[in-house]
Amino acid sequence: MTTPDNLSRRLFLQHAAVGTLLATGGSALLSACASGGSDDENTGGGGADKTAENPFGVKESDPLDVVIFKGGYGDDYAKAHEELYKKKFPGTTVKHAGITDITPQLQPRFNGGNPPDVIDNSGASALPSSTLATSGQLADLTQLFDAPSIDDANKKVSDTIEPITLEAAQLGGKPLLLNYVLTVYAIWYNKKLFDEKGWAPAKTWTEFLALCEEIKKAGIAPLAHQGKHPYYIAQVVMDMAVKHGGHDVIKAIDELEPNAWKHPSIKLAAEALLELKGKGYIMQGTEGLDHIQSQTAWNQGKAAFIPSGSWLENEQKPVAPKDFLTTAAYTPLLDGAKLPVDCTQIAAGEPFIVPEKAKNKAGGLEFLRIMLSKEAAGKFTELTGSPTVVKGAGEGLKLSPGAASSGALLASGGENNWTTYYAAWYSTMDKPIRSVFGELAAARITSDEFMNRAQKIADDTAKDPKTKKQTRS
Amino acid sequence: MRHGSYRFVASFLAIPLALYAIFVISPFVQAFYYSLTDWTGISPKFKFVGLDNFKTLAHDSVFKQAVGHNLILLIGLPLITIFLALVFAYLLNVGGRANAAGVQGVRGNGFYKLAFFLPQVLSVPVIAVIWATVMTSTDTGLLNSVTKKIGLGTSEYLADPNIALYCVMWVLIWGSVGFYLVLFNAAMSGIPKDIFEAAIIDGAGRLATFFRITLPLLWDTIQTSWVYLAILALDAYALVAVMTAGPGGPDNSTYVMGLAIADNGFQYGRAGYASAMGVVLFFLTLIIAAVMLRATRRERIEF
Repeated sequence: MTTPDNLSRRLFLQHAAVGTLLATGGSALLSACASGGSDDENTGGGGADKTAENPFGVKESDPLDVVIFKGGYGDDYAKAHEELYKKKFPGTTVKHAGITDITPQLQPRFNGGNPPDVIDNSGASALPSSTLATSGQLADLTQLFDAPSIDDANKKVSDTIEPITLEAAQLGGKPLLLNYVLTVYAIWYNKKLFDEKGWAPAKTWTEFLALCEEIKKAGIAPLAHQGKHPYYIAQVVMDMAVKHGGHDVIKAIDELEPNAWKHPSIKLAAEALLELKGKGYIMQGTEGLDHIQSQTAWNQGKAAFIPSGSWLENEQKPVAPKDFLTTAAYTPLLDGAKLPVDCTQIAAGEPFIVPEKAKNKAGGLEFLRIMLSKEAAGKFTELTGSPTVVKGAGEGLKLSPGAASSGALLASGGENNWTTYYAAWYSTMDKPIRSVFGELAAARITSDEFMNRAQKIADDTAKDPKTKKQTRS
Repeated sequence: MRHGSYRFVASFLAIPLALYAIFVISPFVQAFYYSLTDWTGISPKFKFVGLDNFKTLAHDSVFKQAVGHNLILLIGLPLITIFLALVFAYLLNVGGRANAAGVQGVRGNGFYKLAFFLPQVLSVPVIAVIWATVMTSTDTGLLNSVTKKIGLGTSEYLADPNIALYCVMWVLIWGSVGFYLVLFNAAMSGIPKDIFEAAIIDGAGRLATFFRITLPLLWDTIQTSWVYLAILALDAYALVAVMTAGPGGPDNSTYVMGLAIADNGFQYGRAGYASAMGVVLFFLTLIIAAVMLRATRRERIEF
């Protein structure tokens, strides 16, 4: 066979390209876009008789598809919960996936209209829940909270969990998220070191400065923070601001009210941080450290306090010295504070969602109901060392020093404990605000510049037509 | 017969072209399409919004900052990388003594080539983690403790918004020099040794031989390298994402276009807007590559 002369190379490539397009099917190529397109309504499972035992009418034969973020808490607890589900519905099969890259793996499934039945939507690549909510992809959890509790059929599920769960569930006016883990934020210290030196956490700002001076003289940096992720130091500033000005300070911020960031309490708290930096009480170079480096330095006794959530003790287990006593302390009170010193920021975290278009939506809701039983919640605390939002599920469990001290702070704070939602509600606002906190912590901007820049970001978010404004309940 | 040959050749090309169409052409076409919609990235439903995304983009100050940072990389990265790679390649090739055996490279040049090429074998995140550790911001950091001991003082490197971008640029250069060194080295060994020897006999010094002989004969290779490095400078996403605070910080000082696309597409739920950024980046890359190839065109020298 000879190459025909009139088949020029260019012409040939053109023909081949067209041929390829036809071969793969031009229409198939265009319809197989990343956004999918199938939007078929499905039944969402269920259909069996609805009883007090089975309030969502789960059909026993329907399989359940569970996706768990396998992060700090692992996924062993979920396997235990799946066993409880299988015990209740012996005829079912449960598909379990413990992964870390939630968005890359689940984005195509949402777009294709076949999402899993339950998702633990956490971690660095969690799906943006506010976006899912606006496009109506999340199941309303009202029926879950109104369903009878597994432990006591006379009580509603909502009566057996911490009230913060119901507020944290809200997204666009509907309860859509089940935040399962209760987190207590604090500044943490090593009780062993403090006892040896005769130090104790300070209650007022003056006392705190005196304590810092003493710690500095002992050759230890009074405060370290996770500078690469300025959200940790933001927690300290906001805690002092809220304790000074009351809960309205943070509610105004969460609701994107004009001048919310220019509240006098925020100015005082920002100036307090600048004072710490100015007096050399913040560990040198901590602005460039990530959470692993800074927390390790704290474990090594290079810094006295570090801000974090109640996951800290578990997170640092591999590097902390054996006799290290991780202990939670409150932030000090600024002069004229409205709230008492012994309260703090708390959050209901680790949001579980049930997709509206899940094949077995009823099964997904039932799985969440099982998770909210004392047995399942106790299992979680036992396996992870972290408390859940289920009331009284931690009773009788032996707690580590970190868990015990943060539990005490949670109890002493009571109604005064506060929480915030702006970072979760407005995804475009979270990262820029963190960056401004980083500048404040490095003392590269003044407290006024800080407030102006933060307010500008909040105003831009409020003005953006794509932002869905939320209100605190 | 003619018809049969079409089919024969096409059968060889169908599979590669199909793969190319599905995994390269089709995503490009889709990105152009999505840039005209308000797609969130996680919903099968979206609206067509025309050029709205591009209008918003024109006023996006953060994206403008990102473009500025990419332009700094675009100037610095190719210039410094090619300069260093050329100097090292020249030394390895003709840097040694000229003796009876002719012009030689420095002794042990095989070892140097290997040492310089090594970063190319490492994956980008590994390089990023290594250098982030070297450039730790505390006084006890690896590089800081060395510079402190020899009296050069310390720096906060990636935590200092004035120099963070240049720290990232340095790592990009460090990671690329080895590859271009080997590339230039291969091109230089392609130049017949007798040309150099003739020049030396005529009394040309090292500098003169470099500028009058080596550089003109390497021009094609340098031109190609320039375009590749420019494309690398317009990306820089992976290093920034792993090394910097935020990432993209402190205070957006290392924010690049790739990061803006990732943030908008995957965190802010604005895939349509991110696609518009991608389209801008696509044309920017295309224009810069075309301009560079045009501007640096020289007559080709045959040898």
